[in-house]
Amino acid sequence: MSDGPVLSLRGVSKNFGGVRALIDVDLDIHQHEVLAVVGDNAAGKSTLAGVIAGVYRPDAGRVLLDGAPVVLDSPAVARGLGIAAVFQELALCDNLDVVENLFLGHEPTRGGFLDEIEMERRAWDLLGQLATNVPSVRLPVRALSGGQRQVVAVARALLGSPRVVVLDEPTAALGVRQTAEVLNLVERLRERGHAVVLISHQAADLQAVADRFAVLRLGRIDGELDAASVGYEDLLAAMTGVSRPSGRKPR
Amino acid sequence: MTPATAPPSQRALVAVLAREDPWPRLLRHIPDRELGLVPVIGALVLLWGVFGLIEPAFLSAENLVNLTLQSVPTGVIALGVVLVLLVGQIDLSVGSVSGLAAAVVGVTTVLADWPIVLGILLALTVGVVVGLGYGLLATRLGLPSFVLTLAGLLVLAGVQLRVLGPQGSINLPFESSLVRFAQESFLSPLAAWGLVAAAVTVVTVVQLVERARRVRAGLPRISMGRLVLRVAALTTLLCAVVAYLGTERGVGYPVVLLVALVVVVDVLLRRTRWGRAVRAVGGDPRAALLAGVAVRRTTISCFVACSTLAALGGVLAAGRLAAANQGTGGTETFLTAIAAAVIGGTSLFGGRGSAWSALVGVLVITSISSGLTLLNLDTATRYVVTGLVLLLALTADTLIRGRRRVP
Ligand SMILES: Nc1ncnc2c1ncn2[C@@H]1O[C@H](COP(=O)(O)OP(=O)(O)O)[C@@H](O)[C@H]1O
Ligand SMILES: [Mg+2]
Repeated sequence: MSDGPVLSLRGVSKNFGGVRALIDVDLDIHQHEVLAVVGDNAAGKSTLAGVIAGVYRPDAGRVLLDGAPVVLDSPAVARGLGIAAVFQELALCDNLDVVENLFLGHEPTRGGFLDEIEMERRAWDLLGQLATNVPSVRLPVRALSGGQRQVVAVARALLGSPRVVVLDEPTAALGVRQTAEVLNLVERLRERGHAVVLISHQAADLQAVADRFAVLRLGRIDGELDAASVGYEDLLAAMTGVSRPSGRKPR
Repeated sequence: MTPATAPPSQRALVAVLAREDPWPRLLRHIPDRELGLVPVIGALVLLWGVFGLIEPAFLSAENLVNLTLQSVPTGVIALGVVLVLLVGQIDLSVGSVSGLAAAVVGVTTVLADWPIVLGILLALTVGVVVGLGYGLLATRLGLPSFVLTLAGLLVLAGVQLRVLGPQGSINLPFESSLVRFAQESFLSPLAAWGLVAAAVTVVTVVQLVERARRVRAGLPRISMGRLVLRVAALTTLLCAVVAYLGTERGVGYPVVLLVALVVVVDVLLRRTRWGRAVRAVGGDPRAALLAGVAVRRTTISCFVACSTLAALGGVLAAGRLAAANQGTGGTETFLTAIAAAVIGGTSLFGGRGSAWSALVGVLVITSISSGLTLLNLDTATRYVVTGLVLLLALTADTLIRGRRRVP
């Protein structure tokens, strides 16, 4: 495999009626890298996640996978191409239990019937890796706390070892300890070679794990910053557009 | 429940939740499938107890054999209704579809002299086509199924009248194999006991194999004692039914057909990817779509299954009455079928329910009507009582749905 980006967006725009949620966005996502996308509320972060994960078709621009254009018309297609996402609203079915949610849409079967035992075994494995406190994998998701639901959603994205993992505000609902756990998890994903897109408006959380920052402001990529050289103040300034941060690369 | 590290806002919420009613909190922790049929079966036993006390003839084998036979057409239709409800839709036209199917069988076999099998196939095809139409309109154009199928109800009722023609009624000959099947075909004692033995064997083997695999995988499993208890309970139930009904005519073929259909649908719902997709779409279509479930296809499949089962119910009703007329599949049919599904514990809000709720629900409704008839109470009382039972079931449904998750 080449050293080029796994996934690239070129000139991607997306409108919702009159709202220009994304405007001419260029972005490269590499393996073994955590790309942090930061931006204020309504900057277009979730829309970007949706475009990458096949929820939204861009109105203009192209999506390239390994340099070749792809059309991501549905989350299932994106998933088939190795792109998995954890959406901000988590997208779990409240009436299904943890195992059912984890494998929804790609359940293993045995002679045509669901292989519950295989699913349950892998569910415990996966949740074990995430060091969770989910009491039972047969509990309906409705009965879980916010943090537990988040863990289930992350675990679901990791099934099938996707190459690109998009996490939209994964720590927004979490406490301090669980946030640290999720960030640990993100580092482990990078070590395993995944390309991780980590979206948040809490820039401080991301500095520990991000390799590169992309700042979204009012739908535009408003600067890419190297994590090693950027300070919190620079990030904040870029997100709010108050003043030009010193570390900003000319584009 | 909530980790100790929860932020202050979340802690405040938890404190609020801790103060709320214990009842919804309790409900929230009951898994969807567990509660399921227990209350309805309890209600059925209570109902039979009360009717049996007031009028012992109600519990006679003869009455119960009739009751099981009477339940079949509506039960088959209710099974289809369970599927559309599960996927979060509704079909109000099941009565019209069943009436039209009955008319098709009558016209083709009596007036056109087709072989009965062809007539039944055509009737079922009508069901498939109608369901496909609903499914496509509901998923492609996003028409709400409530109004869509209401329109279908009227259109198909009109078509039914046209098909029946000016005299409005067609009698099926008593020697027709459909009529014989629906009215006077009963399992021989040997066959009945053979079926019981086969069912118990299959269930036992499946449970043992699954338990053994769980042991090997180091997963939690039910204790051997509970497994034995389950199998024993099933065996007792089946033996009691076969033995008691056997003192009279026995178990009718249509009853076997209904139970077999329920078992098949139950296995499809619980053990296949399709069944999982149905519950997911009914629970949260957006989440299901994001997870990669084929939401449209799943929804269409449920509409098709529902209309096809409704058509089959109409065919069986024609056999049972030895006639197809303008009244076949009238308003009462669809109301009873939907009521049966809901009384059996299938949610009107989608995503929660079981194939067995069709069977148990229809037994409740048929028991009410049969019991009140035996007590010489009129149709008015029957409507009121059935309506109140439906109200009760709906209240339970809404309460259970009301359990919210911890934010
Ligand atoms: N499905 C949608 N329909 C209409 N407008 C939308 C939709 N999703 C997002 N938007 C709008 O697009 C803009 C960007 O939203 P979003 O991507 O959710 O921002 P963020 O995740 O950065 O807070 C907002 O103005 C929002 O109102
Ligand atoms: Mg967002």
